[in-house]
This record gives sequence, C-alpha cells and structure tokens, in this order.
Amino acid sequence: MLRLWKLRKGVVAALLLLFGTALALAEGPQATPSIYAPASTPAAQIQSLSYFVLEITGAIFLVVGGLMAFVCFRYRAGKNDDKSEPAQIYGSTQVELAWTVIPVLIVVVLFLTTARMIFAIQDAPKPKEAVDVTVVGHQFWWEYRYPQLGIVTANELHIPLSSKTDPKPTYFKLLSADVDHSYWVPQLSGKTDLIPNHPNELWMDPLYPGLYKGQCAQFCGAEHALMLLRVYVDTPEQFQAWVANQQKPGVQDPTVAAGRQVFETQACMNCHAVAGTAATGRYGPDLTHLASRDTLASGVIENNPKNLRQWIKDPDSIKPGALMPAMKLSDEQLDQLTAYLATLK
Amino acid sequence: MADSTLPIQGALDITPPAARKHSILEIAHSWITTVDHKKLGILYTVFGIFWLLVGGAEAIAIRIQLAMPNNHFLSPQTYNQFFTMHGTTMVFLVGMTIIFGFANYLVPLMIGARDMAFPRLNAFSFWVTAFGGTLLYYSFLGGSGLYGVGSAPDVGWFAYAPLTARAFSPGHATDYWAISLIVSGIGTVGTAINIVATTVSMRCKGMTLMRMPLFVWLFFVVSALTLITITPLTAAQIMLTIDRYLGGHFFDTQAGGSAVAWMHFFWIFGHPEVYVLILPAFAIANEIIPVFSRKAIFGYPAMAAASVGIAFVSLGVWAHHMFTVGMTSVSNAFFTLSTMLVGIPTGIKIFNWLATMWGGKIRFATPMLFLTAFLFQFLIAGLTGIMLSVSPWDWQLHNSYFVIAHFHYVLVGALVFAIFGGLYYWFPKATGKMLSEKIGKWHFWLFIIGFHLTFDTMHVPGILGMPRSIYTYEPDRGWGPWNLVVSIGGIIQGIATLVFAYNMIVSLRKGEEAGPDPWDAWTLEWTTSSPPPDYNFAIDPVVGSRRPLWDLKHPEDPDWKYEA
Ligand code: HEM
Ligand SMILES: [Cu+2]
Repeated sequence: MLRLWKLRKGVVAALLLLFGTALALAEGPQATPSIYAPASTPAAQIQSLSYFVLEITGAIFLVVGGLMAFVCFRYRAGKNDDKSEPAQIYGSTQVELAWTVIPVLIVVVLFLTTARMIFAIQDAPKPKEAVDVTVVGHQFWWEYRYPQLGIVTANELHIPLSSKTDPKPTYFKLLSADVDHSYWVPQLSGKTDLIPNHPNELWMDPLYPGLYKGQCAQFCGAEHALMLLRVYVDTPEQFQAWVANQQKPGVQDPTVAAGRQVFETQACMNCHAVAGTAATGRYGPDLTHLASRDTLASGVIENNPKNLRQWIKDPDSIKPGALMPAMKLSDEQLDQLTAYLATLK
Repeated sequence: MADSTLPIQGALDITPPAARKHSILEIAHSWITTVDHKKLGILYTVFGIFWLLVGGAEAIAIRIQLAMPNNHFLSPQTYNQFFTMHGTTMVFLVGMTIIFGFANYLVPLMIGARDMAFPRLNAFSFWVTAFGGTLLYYSFLGGSGLYGVGSAPDVGWFAYAPLTARAFSPGHATDYWAISLIVSGIGTVGTAINIVATTVSMRCKGMTLMRMPLFVWLFFVVSALTLITITPLTAAQIMLTIDRYLGGHFFDTQAGGSAVAWMHFFWIFGHPEVYVLILPAFAIANEIIPVFSRKAIFGYPAMAAASVGIAFVSLGVWAHHMFTVGMTSVSNAFFTLSTMLVGIPTGIKIFNWLATMWGGKIRFATPMLFLTAFLFQFLIAGLTGIMLSVSPWDWQLHNSYFVIAHFHYVLVGALVFAIFGGLYYWFPKATGKMLSEKIGKWHFWLFIIGFHLTFDTMHVPGILGMPRSIYTYEPDRGWGPWNLVVSIGGIIQGIATLVFAYNMIVSLRKGEEAGPDPWDAWTLEWTTSSPPPDYNFAIDPVVGSRRPLWDLKHPEDPDWKYEA
C-alpha cells in the first residue's frame, strides 16, 4: 500500500516537474499552495480520494483514448481506396448493453467512495479542544474573531498546530459583511463560501507549523484578485504568546501622542478600531496590534513604515479599487500617524 | 415501404430565374426583410462568428494580462469587464447564435420541409437576438449612468448576488447585462418554439420520428431544454431588475434577501445551458462521423434515447456548481450522484461513435479532422467532469483554473471544434463553394496546437491553487511559467481563427464549385442544389429510411431492410 502511494506521488511529482513546479509536493507550507501538498486532514483526505478517482478516470482514458487512436489508424481509407462502401452495421444490442452496464458499475463504485468521504469530512464530530474562529469576509479583506479568547484581528490568521496524537483542530464559522467570498487555503482544506445571511462552517487541523497562503476564491468585485489569505500555524508556545499579546489593549506610548490624535480626529476612527481608545470603527480592519502583522492590505505589501505611509496616503496606488479612501493629510500628519501605528505591537 | 423512391431529380433540375445584377441596396434589403430559414441561418452564423472574434479578442487581452505575475496591461476594472463580457459573449452571443444558425439552416432541409413552421417568428427571433447582443455591447459606450461609475458589466457572467445589487454595482452596467439577456432570451425562446413546431409538424412524407436524422433529434431536445431553462433565467433577470429599480429584495441580502436563491435560479438555467451548447456538437458529430467513415450510425435508437436521457438528467445536476456554498452532506452526495449519472448516456454516445468508425473507411478531410479532435477532447472533458463531480475534490477545484480548463475543453474542445467541422461540411451547401482544404488543414493544426497548449496547461495552475477571475497574481506562487504557456496557446488559437476567417473570404470568392453533394452524403439537404433554391424542394420528398440518399445510391442494399 505504501509503495502504491509513493508511486502515485511520484507520478504527480513527475508531471509537475515536467513543467517546472518541483516543490509542490514537499511537506509543510509552500509558496505555491498546491492541493497536492496537503498539510491537514481534510486536504489529505481529498488528495487520497483524488488519487483513487484519477486512477479510474486514467484507466478509462487509456482504454477509450487508445481505442480511438487505434480506430483512426486502423480504419483510415488508404490512398488507393477502391471507393467501395464498407459493410454497414446498424447496431448490436449485446455490445450496447455491455457498454451501458460497465459504466453503471463504475459510477456505483465512484459514488460510494465519494459519499463516504463527503460524510467523513463534512460531518466530522467537533472535538472539545477545538479552537473556534469566526471569519468575516469583507471587500477585500478578512476579519478574524476568536470568541473563546476575546480577540479580534484582521488578514493574518494565527492557529495552533495540531497533530494526530494531540489534535487541536480549528473550526471556522464563515460570515460575510457584504458580497460572496470564498475561503481557500488549498494545503489545509477545500474552500467554503462566505455568503451574507448564510453562515457556513469549515475545519482544518494543520500538521506542520509555518505560513500557509491562499486567497479569496469567489469573485467579489474590483479587488478580488488581491484578497490574499495568510494562515500562520504556530507551535503551542508561539500560539500562547501570540494570544497573550493580542489580548492586551492597544499600546499607549506618550511619545506618539500627536499621531494618535491625528488618528482619533481624522476619519480613521470611523472605520478602524484600536482597543483601549475611542476608535471603535468596524468597517475596516482592527488595528489594535497592527504592528505585529507582517503585511498590509490583506497580504499585498510588507508591513513597514514606508509602505504604511504610502497606503494611508493613497491606498489605490497599492490596491486599486480598495474601499479605504485616500486621506487628505499633510506630510507631517502622515509621519505622525505612521509613527503612532508602528507602536501598536 | 419497399419502394423507397425519392422524387428529388426534379429539385435538381430547377433552373434559377435569369440572373440579374442586384444593387447593394437590393441585396441588403433582401437580407434584412428575409423570412427564409436559410438566409436567417446564415445571418445567425455570421453574426455568431463576428462575436466569436470579439469574444476571442477579449480572451486574448485577458491572457496578455495574465501571462506574467503583477502585469499592468489592463486595469483591474477593465480586466473584470473583459472577463465578464468574454463569458457572456461566448455563451449567449456565440454559442447560442451559431448553433441556432445551424438549426435554422439545416432542420427544415433535413426533414424535407420548405421552411420553418413560423417563418416570420423566425425573422423576429433573429433580429431580437441581434438587438440583445448589440445592447450588451452598447454598455461600453453608454453605461456610465447617473453615478458615473463603471461602464461595461464587471460582475462575472454568472453575476452572483449581491454583488449585482445597487449597493455594490452602482451605475447602469449591470442593468445592461440583465436587460440585454432578457431581450436576447426572447429571441431564443422564439427560435426554440419554432424548431419544436417544425420538427413536430413539418416532416416530409415517410419521415417518422425514428427516421429523422439524429441531428434533428438533438435540436429537438435542445429546443425543449431551452424552453425549460430560459424561463428561470429570465425570471431571475426580472427579479434582479426589480431589485435594482423598484427596491425589491429578492437578492438584496442587506434587506434579508437571499444570495443562494440567485445561484439556484442561475444554475438551474446555467447547467442545462451547458448541454444546450454541447448537444449541438453531438448533432454535428452524428452527421459528419458516419459520412466520413462511410458507415451507418451505430445504434441509432440508443443514440436518440441517450440524447433525451442526457437532457433529463441535466435538469437534476445544477447544484454541482454549488458544492462550496455549504449544502448538507446529503445534498452534496445527491448532486454528486446525479452528475456522475450523466456520464452513462454520454459514454454510450462516445462508444457508438467509435463503433460507427470501426470497420469503416475513414476519410480525414477537414470536417472529419475537426470531429476526430472533438471526440478525443470530449472524452477528456468528460473525465475532468467526473473529477469535478466528486464533491470533496471540487471543494479544492471549484472556481480554480482547473474548472476554467474543464469547461473550455467542453466549449472550445468539443463545441467550437464541432462547429468548425460543421462549417467545413455545410459551407458548400450554403454557398455553392468548397472551403479550401489546404487552408483548412492549416487552420486545424494551428487551432489544435493552440488549444492544447492553452487548455491542457491551464489545469495545472488550478491544482496549484490559482483561483479564477483574478486580474493578477503574486510572483512567488509559481504560476507564472504555466500562465505564459497558456497565453501563448491562446494567441495561436486567435491566429488560427483568423486563418479560418481568411479561408471563408477567399473560398467564397474563388473556391472550388461544390455541386449538390460534394461529400457523398445521405441526408435530404444534399439532394438540393448548392445553395438550395428558396423553396428548398420543388417536389416534396418522400423517404423510406434514415438515409434516403444511401437507398438511392445503393438500390441493391437499401437501409430500410435493416432498420429496427
Ligand atoms: C482562445 C480561446 C479562449 C481563451 C484563451 C479563453 C480564455 C478564458 C479565460 C482565461 C477565462 C477566465 C477569466 C477569468 O475568470 O478571469 C475565460 C472565461 C470564460 N470563457 Fe473563455 N477563452 C476562450 C474561448 C472561449 C469560448 C469559445 C467560450 C464559449 C463558447 C468561452 C467561454 C468562457 C466562459 C463562459 C468563461 C467564464 C467567464 C467568467 O468566469 O465569468 N471561452 N476564458
Ligand atoms: Cu473576496
């Protein structure tokens, strides 16, 4: 069985290599979020089901495709054909019955296998130790809430590592604030849509730590393409530390009071929240621990002071169609704001 | 029916009235006012080929944009408009139009009728469809509307709610989308009614249902399916328009409407629509494969039954487009099963075509080349379809480039290949001139190379996690090289299509004379002159079997002896 599995893996690897995406089958997080590098039970189950289906369809392809090639070569009219008509055959009940019954049997096998997997993944019982996360899709960013932990954050999801012996799966509740979106981290699970008025569920139990990438998979408007997704799978210690930090209110650093004032007097606070301040806006991402995130604008640019400044000055230049307006601020205000936001660790 | 005589000689002897030079205006007038099914068929087809070039140009712009990561050839908004217009154009203005062109031209000829049942409805349908298409493209010019936002629609050809609500799509672009489809839908319904009525009531003497060419059978099924499925689409468009103009809340989720309801309406139309587009490809295959293999179609009754079977099953599979919307596990399993079931009648068809070729003497003229490629590509499309019906796997592949690859295998690899084959086959009938075989082979080889570069390759970025409908992607994802190959293939297909357009123009002017029956075929249209006279048949034909011309050419071994 193991050998067979390695063989399948080898075939897929060879096919991918042929076209130059060699890494796609390694274990753990990949820059290329291949569905053939699963790192979580649902994704791995889908992979094994897909191998089974590929074998059956591959066999059909070889038999029928081979037959087609044979017929085309064997029965093509030669150059000096005598123009007589070949024998006319109008049908044959036995043969036709055979090629109806065989596909029926194949369908039965395929269906039963698939149905088992549907129930295994979709109706898997939720263990007590599961972590709950509520994801809210927005044009064009992600909001994450941890109801058990009292955390609200955006765009970069942190979840704990799971393992077969010490399972700690994450269970998602998927909501949408505006239009349809779809949550897809190919290495961790299949996608599920976020639909307004229609809560959905999804689970994953990541088996290797690191950063997993994905992106919105349902066309959601102008910036659908840059609605990127980053999932950090933390070891238990990392996760504890991260949670502890996120639960603290926003840092109050007197040296950047000017920037904070800009934030609270300009329109920023209408849309953004910083815990522990007057800013409680919910339209845009929560900024309480903005500086602890690696990226801005749902993964589009690195989080550094220069990019941050450019983003506030003109979001459209980074993410055309983004729904944050360009704030008409002076250079001085921009500097103060950037300094303030950089303290929100 | 031992005396299966065919009074066709008379038809061929008709000498056309003395030719007189017509002015351009007279010619234009005759085309605009025509109610002749053949002229309307040609109008539909030419119109469809025109939109094919437009939709193809959009596809190429899309592919240039995606050839490299972080490309800036198109702005995001323009890209979104282009893929929306590309999808809408290809499905509604290219696919539907060309196939109805074929149906219009051929169904009356094949059943030995002088015209469609309702010639004036026929003309009306064409012009309404043409108007709907024009309206859609008019949005590029006039869509800015009150709010000064957007012009052409940019909500995807599936136009999922609530992205199409006023709140998320201000301006008039989405209105153009909805209203132009309502308008062209009226034309489509008219044609479908006409085809059903024609097949039911206009068949010549001796042509029982079980003697109709399979081509006619398939268009009968297609028309019935169209009538069933256009209704929910039009209803949904009207509801959307009510939401947008009258403050309705059908799909307005902010006021409690349902986004999932839109998906059900859309796909209960949209999935059978895929069969409305693919069954005509089967229709063409059913004529070309036997003639070029020199064999009777194998298992005619099974072929007819399988077509009806596919139509029925196709009405029960729509939610396989919705495996990711969070249906229950039981629903997912049900739609997995119903989808897999389609594979059975489809498999029967493929096997019967192979059996038809088996033991034949296959002549690989251009029409047959295209239909052989069709067979092979349709096999692959069917197999990737089975993969997508496996709902857990679809949770990964849905809305990825794998899906784009799959349905282009159906729409281009099967439908467009069959249409090209059909055009090479019937062009001589419609114009009296053969299309050049030499240019035809160039067209074929360029097109098939481009097709496989594009759509074989396109499966891979899907597996590597690339979603559809994105105007750009990050360089670290490893999708770049794949996309470059896809784009190169797309451009080659574009060139091939231009080669075909060139072939049509050149051959029309100085092509070889076709004569009434250049392919040595068997159905009634080949008994008329090329092009046929206005009234098709001077004397109503009488048939005694499925292949009246075979009987005529082989009186020693006529078909009716063997027909079940
Ligand atoms: C050279 C030929 C073609 C190429 C290179 C091509 C390319 C593409 C691409 C790249 C997309 C994805 C756009 C996106 O989601 O971002 C697309 C979508 C689509 N294409 Fe094509 N296409 C071609 C021909 C056709 C034809 C002939 C048809 C139908 C008869 C067709 C029907 C569609 C449809 C329905 C969509 C879906 C649009 C959407 O997602 O909204 N295409 N095409
Ligand atoms: Cu989205």
